[in-house]
Amino acid sequence: MTDFPIPAIPEHALPFWEAAEKSQLRYMACNSCAHSFLPARTECPNCLAADLEWRMASGKAQLISWVIYHRAFHPAFADRLPYTVALVQLEEGPRMISNIVEPDPDTALTINLPLFVRFQDMGNLRIPVFSRQPKL
Amino acid sequence: MRGRTVIAGIGHTAFGALSGRSATSLIVEATRNALADANVDKTMVDALLVKPSTSAPQLMTGQIVAEALGLQPKLGMSWDQGGAAVIGMISYASLAIEARLCDIVVICFADNPRTGSSEVYRSSTGTDGLFGYVGVPAAYAMIARRHMEQYGTTPRQLGAVPIAARRHGAANPSAQLRKPLSMADYLNEPYIVDPFRRSDCALVSDGGAAIVLMSAERAMQLAVRAPVPILGFGLGQSSWDVRLRQDLTTTCATVSATTAFSAAGLAPEDIDVAQLYDCFSIVPIMTLEDYGFCKKGQGGAFVEEGRIEIDGDLPMNTAGGLLSETGMPGMQLVLEGVRQVRGNANLQARKANTCIVSSQGGIMQTHGTLIIGG
Repeated sequence: MTDFPIPAIPEHALPFWEAAEKSQLRYMACNSCAHSFLPARTECPNCLAADLEWRMASGKAQLISWVIYHRAFHPAFADRLPYTVALVQLEEGPRMISNIVEPDPDTALTINLPLFVRFQDMGNLRIPVFSRQPKL
Repeated sequence: MRGRTVIAGIGHTAFGALSGRSATSLIVEATRNALADANVDKTMVDALLVKPSTSAPQLMTGQIVAEALGLQPKLGMSWDQGGAAVIGMISYASLAIEARLCDIVVICFADNPRTGSSEVYRSSTGTDGLFGYVGVPAAYAMIARRHMEQYGTTPRQLGAVPIAARRHGAANPSAQLRKPLSMADYLNEPYIVDPFRRSDCALVSDGGAAIVLMSAERAMQLAVRAPVPILGFGLGQSSWDVRLRQDLTTTCATVSATTAFSAAGLAPEDIDVAQLYDCFSIVPIMTLEDYGFCKKGQGGAFVEEGRIEIDGDLPMNTAGGLLSETGMPGMQLVLEGVRQVRGNANLQARKANTCIVSSQGGIMQTHGTLIIGG
């Protein structure tokens, strides 16, 4: 299997991936206006302040939308087909792209479905993915 | 503004796999054809607006193109808005003509992703690739899924869009994909990125197109053969990435359309023919809703039963659009709108006094609406 090239992660986004390494999900919050968001930025897109901090997410989320890949757009994903990529909204508000994993990864999904974070190793990184089950 | 500028000429190259042709070469051919159609000598052109190539963008594109065309224009622009750049450039050119900043404008685009590199359509943003979220179709598929879940839009309704496009493209000698598509064929296609099958997705095409713009007054002085008046235009910017839009299924095409209809003094019921950007089947369905041709969520039902086919209530993408004529990001839709209003299209609509054209770019980040007519 070809590995997907790990993209360069900008310094301001590193805490997200360092937390994931410890199986924790973090998001950014603005201390000036209380806006919560992902992906990480250096300024708040709501009030433009730079007074930001990382907060721990509960890991609860809901499904906004999803797609199921039946063709690999990169050889690294060929042996995972078919696989599900989801747009999820964390309980705290931020949205992120992730995967839906077992059980039944590609049947009976509906929008607003409650989801719970899991962690999965992808090459040298640990990535946050989501499941319908609170515990495995 | 209404009707004071006109599209005086249109031109294009062949569409498909054009091995060995650079984007610049294709632009020169398309511009030569557009100038001939307008019966304008190139020495009269004093403004040049270029949409840069998607597959291989270059710095100073406008100057590279001006040099190849042997022009030293007063006004130049290379406009980076994805597909929406087409109507953006027509809008700004019209304003510049009105302000007498320039006299005769060439607007052009060419690209060669089919025989060159189509890598841009398979890329990913930031760390999204770690989740396998790679390629342009998936982002549009994310929007399509949400629309299907929210409003009950069905696979057959998605399929009605490429079926109409392919029927129209089959009658177009310039179209890249001229094989008609039945509903059974469509439903039998395997998914690429569910809910999209192959025929939901735009072609990848080499080719170029150009248009010539001037004031209606100038067109009369120059005895331009078939000038088509611009009745209204509007722009809108959804801008944010799909994941950040609170509502995935409504775009700022609502804004561009409101502006354009208001400028033209027209409403959706006054429109005879539509050329709506169809890089993916869901896009014209949502555009019909955002433009007010039907209520939000009713776009799927609107396109069913041949209603958007040449003999339907609102003939749409009558030369085949991005799904059949060429995957070019939008200029071909303006060209076909012009042919319909002139009355010399391959598949001529019964009535084509007014035509609406949409353009959009990125993952529905940018929007332009153009209304033309006699």
